[in-house]
Amino acid sequence: MRIACPFCGARDSGEFTYLGDASPKRPDAPIDGGTAVEDQFYDYVYLRDNVAGLTREYWYHGGGCRSWLIAERSTTTHEFKSVTAAPGAGAAKAKQAGER
Amino acid sequence: MKYSIFSLARAALSSHKNWGRAWRDPAPKSHYDVVIIGGGGHGLATAYFLAKEYGIRNIAVLEKGWIGSGNAGRNTTIIRSNYMLPGNTSFYELSMKLWERMEQDLNYNTMVSQRGIINLYHSDAQRDAFARRGNAMRINGIDAELLDATEIRKILPFLNYDNARFPIQGGLMQRRGGTARHDAVVWGYARAADEFGVDIIQNCEVTGFQRTNGRITGVETSRGIIGAGKVGMAVAGSSSRVAAMAGLRLPIESHVLQAFVSEAIKPLIPGVVTFGAGHFYVSQSDKGGLVFGGDLDGYNSYAQRGNMPVMEDVCEGGMAIMPMIGRVRLLRQWGGIMDMSMDGTPIIDKTPVDGLYLNAGWCYGGFKATPASGLVFAHLLARDEPHEEGRRFRLDRFRRGAMIDEKGQGAQPNLH
Repeated sequence: MRIACPFCGARDSGEFTYLGDASPKRPDAPIDGGTAVEDQFYDYVYLRDNVAGLTREYWYHGGGCRSWLIAERSTTTHEFKSVTAAPGAGAAKAKQAGER
Repeated sequence: MKYSIFSLARAALSSHKNWGRAWRDPAPKSHYDVVIIGGGGHGLATAYFLAKEYGIRNIAVLEKGWIGSGNAGRNTTIIRSNYMLPGNTSFYELSMKLWERMEQDLNYNTMVSQRGIINLYHSDAQRDAFARRGNAMRINGIDAELLDATEIRKILPFLNYDNARFPIQGGLMQRRGGTARHDAVVWGYARAADEFGVDIIQNCEVTGFQRTNGRITGVETSRGIIGAGKVGMAVAGSSSRVAAMAGLRLPIESHVLQAFVSEAIKPLIPGVVTFGAGHFYVSQSDKGGLVFGGDLDGYNSYAQRGNMPVMEDVCEGGMAIMPMIGRVRLLRQWGGIMDMSMDGTPIIDKTPVDGLYLNAGWCYGGFKATPASGLVFAHLLARDEPHEEGRRFRLDRFRRGAMIDEKGQGAQPNLH
């Protein structure tokens, strides 16, 4: 499995670390907001769609540019559809700054 | 037919041509009291215990392929009960006790071989951690011995004790641990369940659930609709996919774990050995192959195959403790899909959907749990309340903060 890092090109998957599904969004709510907020955090921290098919997920290129990336990948074939920089961090941030 | 020395002699007279089927191949009936999805070890053991211990005989086990074609046929066949946390210790010890009498119970040779499991330690801190684990086991009546390097050397003289980075200082030994023949476990439970009248229906994939007023009343399958009083899921690896058909999301991710077997060599390794400074474990099958494995690949997958970086990592672990392993050739390598739960501990519980019961989240420790998982899940299905040894494996423990995190990794399934 090779991953096409947008900064470094296609590299061996051994250079990357997997975080997981990129779709859960941290609830934007006060932590002491009662059981409704607890339910939201339970959902965010523990429950997963665990899709068989195309997913969006975080990878970290620790053996290269040390950027956080978002990949679209199939969990049934391991085929990557796209790899882009995760917004707001590392090289992506520098690139954004350079573009401005 | 009961298997015995007499049945063997009788069959020998006809050149072993008249053994007959070990279990029937029935067409699905229109309705069962209990339908179990998944014809692996856990599903078949559940059917067996439901029939034997709880008197329910109108049961079907539905398997999308052939029985034992999933994780039951892909594991590394290790049995052990060397757990530390409440909930795990007594559950896995129950399982070990069931392993010890399985062959008599099932009248089937499952090749249970208690040759011991040794977890090696490589530092003072690790020795202390293993001493603590061993003490936790002994408090719960489970056998454990902390051995130093001199004692380990007598049992495993071929290891590299003087590795500069990871010298072997000793190991935690559970003598009652060992291996069993994984396929025979599946076949033994299938045969024993079949004798109680359980219908084992192969090539029957569940494609949906039938519901009336919210309650599950049956399953839609590739072989038609089958009505059910209760439905139990034992489909580890695919739990999220099947649960999604009932509108549920689970605290589970599916990950690929690879395993390896070498060419057959003469008897070398007694029991199971695990490397404490990396993730590598090895045993020797009765055929002579060295069966070994290590970490998950680390990314979500349903593909039942892995990638090269982890193969390299596993083989490096093997070379670190046992340099002679480099002289044997790799024969086969394969991958299985693990139900990685958010705390590394299984789930045996009712679901929020009435009539649907869940047995899932076995991570990569499902094989050793097979008999106890069957008994505990059967109890839940029959009585609608958790078995004494399964009462901590609840689905809502994440919401309540009552996780059982043996490895202390938190909600990151690929690290358990």
